Amino acid sequence: MLTALLVMTGIALVLGALLGFASIKFKVEGDPLVDKIDAILPQTQCGQCGFPGCRPYATAIAGGEAEINQCPPGGEEGIRKLADLLGREFKPLSEEHGVEKPKSVAVIDEQTCIGCTLCIQACPVDAIVGAAKQLHTIIASECTGCELCLAPCPVDCIVMEPIAETVDTWKWRYPVFEIKAAA
Amino acid sequence: MLRKLFKFHGGVKPQTNKTESTTAPIGQVPLPDRLVIPLHQAVGGHPRPLVAPGDKVFKGQRIGGADGNLSSAVHASTSGIVRDVAPALMPHTSGLEALSVIIEPDGDDAWGQLDTINFRSAPPDEVRDYLRDAGVVGLGGAVFPSYAKLKPGKEGRLKTLVINGAECEPFITCDDLLMRERAPEMLKGIIAMRHMLQAEEVLIGIEDNKPEAVAAVQAAIAASGETGIEAVAIPTRYPAGGAKQLIRVLTGIEVPHGRRSTDFGVQCFNVGTAFSIYEALEFGRPLISRVVTVAGNVNAPRNYDVLIGTPMDHLVRLAGPRADTDRYIMGGPMMGVRLPRFDVPVVKATNCILVGSAALFPAPAPEMPCIRCGECAKACPADLAPFEMYWFSRAKNFGKAQEYHLFDCIECGCCSFVCPSHIPLVDYFRFSKSEIWAREREKEAADAARDRFEFKNYRQEREKQEKAEKLAAKAAATREKVAAEGAAPAADAPSAPAAKPKPSVDPAKLALIEAAMEKARQQKAQAAPKNTEVAAPEIKAEMAAIDARREAAGADKPADAPPASGA
Amino acid sequence: MINSPFVRKSASVQQVMLKVLLALVPGIAAYVWFFGAGILVQLAIASAAALAGEAAMLAIRGKPKAIFLTDLSAIVTAWLIALTFPPIVPWWLTVTGTLLAVVVVKQLYGGLGQNPFNPAMAAFCLMIVAYPALMSQWPAAGQLDFGTQLKLIFGGLRDVDAITGATPLDALRTALRGATNPDSPFHGLRASQLQDGPAFGMMGGKGGEWVALGYLVGGLWLIQQRIITWHIPAAFCGALFVVAGLMWGLHPDGFASPLFHLASGGAMIGAFFILTDPVSGATTARGKLLFAAGAAVLTFVIRAFGAYPDGVAFATLLMNILVPIIDMKTQAPVFGHKKD
Repeated sequence: MLTALLVMTGIALVLGALLGFASIKFKVEGDPLVDKIDAILPQTQCGQCGFPGCRPYATAIAGGEAEINQCPPGGEEGIRKLADLLGREFKPLSEEHGVEKPKSVAVIDEQTCIGCTLCIQACPVDAIVGAAKQLHTIIASECTGCELCLAPCPVDCIVMEPIAETVDTWKWRYPVFEIKAAA
Repeated sequence: MLRKLFKFHGGVKPQTNKTESTTAPIGQVPLPDRLVIPLHQAVGGHPRPLVAPGDKVFKGQRIGGADGNLSSAVHASTSGIVRDVAPALMPHTSGLEALSVIIEPDGDDAWGQLDTINFRSAPPDEVRDYLRDAGVVGLGGAVFPSYAKLKPGKEGRLKTLVINGAECEPFITCDDLLMRERAPEMLKGIIAMRHMLQAEEVLIGIEDNKPEAVAAVQAAIAASGETGIEAVAIPTRYPAGGAKQLIRVLTGIEVPHGRRSTDFGVQCFNVGTAFSIYEALEFGRPLISRVVTVAGNVNAPRNYDVLIGTPMDHLVRLAGPRADTDRYIMGGPMMGVRLPRFDVPVVKATNCILVGSAALFPAPAPEMPCIRCGECAKACPADLAPFEMYWFSRAKNFGKAQEYHLFDCIECGCCSFVCPSHIPLVDYFRFSKSEIWAREREKEAADAARDRFEFKNYRQEREKQEKAEKLAAKAAATREKVAAEGAAPAADAPSAPAAKPKPSVDPAKLALIEAAMEKARQQKAQAAPKNTEVAAPEIKAEMAAIDARREAAGADKPADAPPASGA
Repeated sequence: MINSPFVRKSASVQQVMLKVLLALVPGIAAYVWFFGAGILVQLAIASAAALAGEAAMLAIRGKPKAIFLTDLSAIVTAWLIALTFPPIVPWWLTVTGTLLAVVVVKQLYGGLGQNPFNPAMAAFCLMIVAYPALMSQWPAAGQLDFGTQLKLIFGGLRDVDAITGATPLDALRTALRGATNPDSPFHGLRASQLQDGPAFGMMGGKGGEWVALGYLVGGLWLIQQRIITWHIPAAFCGALFVVAGLMWGLHPDGFASPLFHLASGGAMIGAFFILTDPVSGATTARGKLLFAAGAAVLTFVIRAFGAYPDGVAFATLLMNILVPIIDMKTQAPVFGHKKD
């Protein structure tokens, strides 16, 4: 009886020491969870989730302060990935944060633009070039489609245009399982 | 001499259907009413248009310039007027449009100025640039710019140059006919390529169901007196004409996915490519036409020499399509591309227009569940396990599909061909691949956006900090100044009534304001040119005269004007 | 929309299954010749039950019936059940076993292509656990006429011990165990003497070796037809031969000869028809070798030391469990990634 107790205590001590050692030895710097969540988020930086950018939202999710269904650009697939990563239940996109839209880029109507620079300041990814009283233009390849430049424009000269599919970006469709049709 | 040949795993033997289209020689095609020449016909960057609507173009004139590291030029296939530079329907399953040059032929078919190059004396880089601008690309179907492949590996020389005349796809005979009719010319192209690659030996692989082509090529080699070039008949088994499979059969080397074959001392070109290289180097003719097989559901299957941009229905009409024709396929029945319409243009990748009907290519029986019988794995020439990749592709588990080497799949169609459950396996793999590519593009865009966002935040933060620091530094400097010279005014201050009215105001701040105003006054004073005292008297006089003139013109505001000279 | 390839080999699941059924015919012929036509009745009962069960499940699951009922996969399962069960089990036992196989082991797991276990063998194991006595009555060759067999199958005639003997495997087990037991009538007997007895033919029990030979012939034809590969039969027979030979060589009086092991019980039908089921078996070349060799060792262990006379069924199920990991770990290198 006594030996058993001693053995158990001994094992407990050894394991405890091992765990303690491991936690020091393999200490992870930073918060890898936030990084993992941030990697799933689409980096639109649109703020529709209610946080000033994707990383703050990721931090909030990791901290349990935000739901996983507040990111409209990430869409259903993004929510599924977050649910998988975090082991949480899938939820449909929360309506108060917006709806999933086809991926778009902003385009400035050059006839109307007055060169006020307000959109330049609003752009979270510096995708708009131009100077005061000069025509502004959007670098389409850098535009995340966040729509943050729409509201500040005093003359409403910015519109969102969905990105059209080209021969290069065209995707093969999921093969249709034809067995039901045949029967 | 009997050469030792190697085997590749798997493969299938579909009915070849090649004899019908080899009875007649390569035919000519009357000029169509209009040519639609897509600008992006090869792997790599999109060529930019060099012509505008209304321009007159000559045959062989460059209409699309190569753009970027890997890109290939495009040329007018005949002389005429450019009617439009606009998106047009592509010979592509997607049914999407791409930027094309639409030419209305003038009927003269007049060549423009053609420059040639001597590949033996010119520096290799110049020859490569020349071939890039001649628009020579791989005509086996992959349309990879040839100039980029005409670089020997690190050692500066190559062991084996493989020329692909295998043509393993059923129905297609364009390479067969080209070898039968144009072997000597093709051989000259091969010799040029061999020179550029410094290749020790050249092996021309031809499937043994084309004895006439083998004989013609062997005769051409014998007539040329070249040594180290050999036409090798290889066993007929699809896909022996896949570049990797042909290299394996002829040399025993397996080039892994994503590696350059030159690293293994081999390079592979199609026989049609060799011919167009000859045309480009010998006559300066860019790639504006190619041999195209028209076969399938037509009365007279045949090969034609076709101008790039010719509408397919214009061409097919010559072969007499049957009434029940319901589709055109670009390429063969194993890997061909289902086309969205009949009038899409012939492009550089068009080796065959397979005219189809429901009777000729019946819809497969309904898809059944996979029973893991392993037939697909037995047939796979890339030694893959298609049923495993199928399982994960179907479940959209792309990571797992990649673990089973999805990207080593060459989409040859052998697995779908043998599957007893009639599963469109290749469709699943194409789907998975394009999803993975799309995701990678998205991820790259997201990473770039993250970087830019973080940089913008950093920049704003830095600007704020810099501003604050500047202000603080300025304030400190002024404070010091005020403290130094202001010992007296500070002492006077209590007696000065002006400083009294707002006792709540910090005297230091007041001093700052005072200093700032003083500074402004000084600046205003300084705005007058200060460097004039060093100038010589006559210059001073001249300046005075100018000032006087200016004043007279009433255009002068000396206080706002910048210092007169930067001295 | 149909994409390339636009041509296909004429192959179908139905053709594959039909060839498997045809390959069973020589074995069945030998069975009928030596043991009577009762087996044909059992084959019919099992086939009917399998089709009925399959149809019912397809209806419940909302799957198309015509295409799945004609794929013949249920018939293959049914035949394997009939051929591995004793030929005189009552009809309800055959029906229950077949329904369990088709409804539970196959359809509840998702139908054709989805079952992790071999349906026939799962049914065999369930039935031998539930009805050990009925599942162990094997008539000797020529012992029962067709009428008696029919009576046993459909009627209440169940005077078991009077009409049936144990299988050679069973007899051998009892005898060898008895040989070391001083109270047993078999005390002091040797394995070789036992096999010379009247219940045993040249190798695997009178008549039994001919049935095994029939399966062998059919199996070789399947290999020639490229329906199955040589890996599983070769590895199974090879490993069984080696293990049994080793034990026999070390202790000839305590174990049966390797040839006896190969020719008796379910060894041949297992090697060519059961373990080769692609759905529940390993698929890579190396995996197949491993899978079949493992099954052979387990079969021998169960036969020699276990509680049941034959071990093929249990060995198959145990190896079925290991298939995913075997397949995962034995993926062959792909084109261009092979080490020379």
